[in-house]
Formats: sequence, structure tokens, C-alpha cells
Amino acid sequence: MRDDLPLALLAVFVPFSLVSIGGGTSILAGVQHQAVGVHHWITTREFVELFAISRAAPGPGSMLATLIGWHIFGWTGALIATLALFVPSSLLCYGVALVWNRHRGKRWHTALENGLAPVGIGLVMAGVITVLRVGGGGLFSWIVALGSAGVLTWRPKIHPLLIFLIGGAVFVGVRALSGVHAVI
Amino acid sequence: MRPGPFESNGHLLVSVPAPRPSIFAIFSVFFRIGLFSFGGGLTGWVYREVVVVREWLSEDEFMSGLAMSQILPGTNISNLSIYIGQKLRGVLGAGAAIVGLLSGPFFAVIAVASAYGALKTLTFTEAAMDGVAAAAIGMLLVIIHRGARRTTRNPAAFAALVATFVCVGLLHWSLPLVTAGVGSLSVLAAWFRRPSNAG
Repeated sequence: MRDDLPLALLAVFVPFSLVSIGGGTSILAGVQHQAVGVHHWITTREFVELFAISRAAPGPGSMLATLIGWHIFGWTGALIATLALFVPSSLLCYGVALVWNRHRGKRWHTALENGLAPVGIGLVMAGVITVLRVGGGGLFSWIVALGSAGVLTWRPKIHPLLIFLIGGAVFVGVRALSGVHAVI
Repeated sequence: MRPGPFESNGHLLVSVPAPRPSIFAIFSVFFRIGLFSFGGGLTGWVYREVVVVREWLSEDEFMSGLAMSQILPGTNISNLSIYIGQKLRGVLGAGAAIVGLLSGPFFAVIAVASAYGALKTLTFTEAAMDGVAAAAIGMLLVIIHRGARRTTRNPAAFAALVATFVCVGLLHWSLPLVTAGVGSLSVLAAWFRRPSNAG
């Protein structure tokens, strides 16, 4: 059974790589079903913990796959799960980008680029609303976000880590002053 | 059609030679983005490094690549990295971008998982993470501010922006469907727009 784990990881995550349209969150439910319900690799509780860790750690949220692989099969599992989730979609994207960038300057390309650019901005706006609504920070999230945007517009070359540090400090400060759950 | 330096919505693009950063420069930029991208502000960080600070891509090149990477399957940010790397240096550039992006988080996420028990007991870990996430959103607000200001010059582009935001952000319709639907209409409008009657 354990010898089959690398193959099973591949069989689970390769298909998810190619159906995860709209980003990693769209496959979350499916991954949970496979890892918890079908294969019994982890419990529901472990899944929730690994999910929280994947959000707290740097990198895309899809690193959850890395964690599941690591949890059940160590470093080999981590590597296999990561490659299985990222390689197929990356190859597809590379193919599209190749065609796309090769035809730069043609009229249809310019139309596609000019037409898709505002859609991209709209998606970023939608993402911001979703994150601010789901995140636990409430009004203070908006204040810190607007403040950080203001600083970054005023001084575009300032290092973002400095802003992140200030944002984290503000939240810790506010929560320390007002008791742990008064603000959120 | 001569592939000229004119964008059809009336902006003059200066025809500078395409930037050709070294493979290592691409790797190191995306490595840093991957490792420091706490709180999920990845798109904002890529935009800052690639468009604002280094000027490797124009704003429209970035935004259209962003829309494309959302339509295709896969994590948006990994697709965006592939798109940028491919544009700059072909297959090696794409490889450097994606390996750079993921190698830091690969080890970081496992390190955090190993330290999870200890981190849980720290009272303010969660508050600090929320604050960092909020600050990261500020980077996205910068993109929105710059991008939205450009589209107000063009009613069709502005309509596409608003429609995308309302359908995905407020009505929670399917992102791929909205992107494909609004995207096609917007591209059609851009196709029929002439350089002479911009907007």
C-alpha cells in the first residue's frame, strides 16, 4: 500500500492541476474529498490545520498540496505532490504564453491585450473585496490596506516588507490594547 | 497591418527594445516574491517588481497576462510567472520564474508546519498575520488605482472593468465564465476601436 503512495499522489493531484480554473481555491473542496474521504490520508481536522498553515506560510495557497504530500510521505511526498499540482498547468500555460507572445503586434493580439486588461483589473478588485470580507480584520483591515496603498503610491520604491511589518505591528497593537476579541 | 508602436486606444507606446534580463535576475526576483509573499499579496508584489520597479513589462502586457492566467487552469500566480518569464527569456525564463517562485515556499511551508505547535501558542501570531495580510492588500489597491485611472479614458474598457468586478466580486458568479464572457465582449470592442477615434 505504501509503495503505491507516490503513484496515488500523482493520480490525485495531476487532474486537479488541469481543472483548477480560477485559482487554487476552486479545487479546495475536491482535494479535501480525495485526501480525507477517498484515500484517508489525513483527518478532517488535520486538513483544516494544514490549510491554515498553507495560508500563514509564504507562497500560493496551493502549497497545501505540498503539505499533504509531506504529511503522508515525507520529503518525497512533498516533492511529488508539488510537481503533480504545478507541472501540468504550467506546461499548458507555457504553450499559451508562447503563442501569445509570438504574435505580439498583430491586430488581434492588440485587441486581446487591450480587451483583457480591464478584465484583469476587475478581477483584482473582486479579489480584494473577497479577501477583505473573509479576513477577520474588519474596519482595521481597510484602514491598514488604504494606508499601505497610500505609502506605496507616495514612495513606490519603498520595500513592501517594511509596510508589512508596520501592518502587523498595528494589528498586534490594536488587539493588545483592546483585548483579544474586541476588534475582530 | 503594420505592427506599429500605436496601441489602438490612443496611447503612444515608445518602441524601446524589449528588456532582456538575465535568467538569474528573473529567478532571484521570483524567488524573493515567493518567499516574502505573506498574506497573499502575490499579484501586487509581482506587479511592483516587474512593472513599477524594473519596467520589464508594460501595464497592458501585465494586465492581459493576469487575465489570461486566471482563465487557464492552475494557480494564477504560477501562470502569471510563466507568462512573464516566457515573454522575457523564453523557456529558460519561464522555468527560472516558476522554480524561483515555488522553491522558497516549498521549504517555508514545511518549516511552518514543523513549527506549527509552537506558533499556535503565541497569542498575537494571528493578529500579526491579519495585519500583514491587510498591508499586502494595499499593494493590490495600488494596481487598481493605476489601472482604473487608465480605463476611464475608454468607456468600453471601463464598462468591462465594472462588469467583471460586479459579477465576480459582488454577485459571486463563476470567475472563469465571467472572465470568458466579459473578456470576449471587451476584446470585440477593442478590435473595432480605431486609433483615430480612441474612446
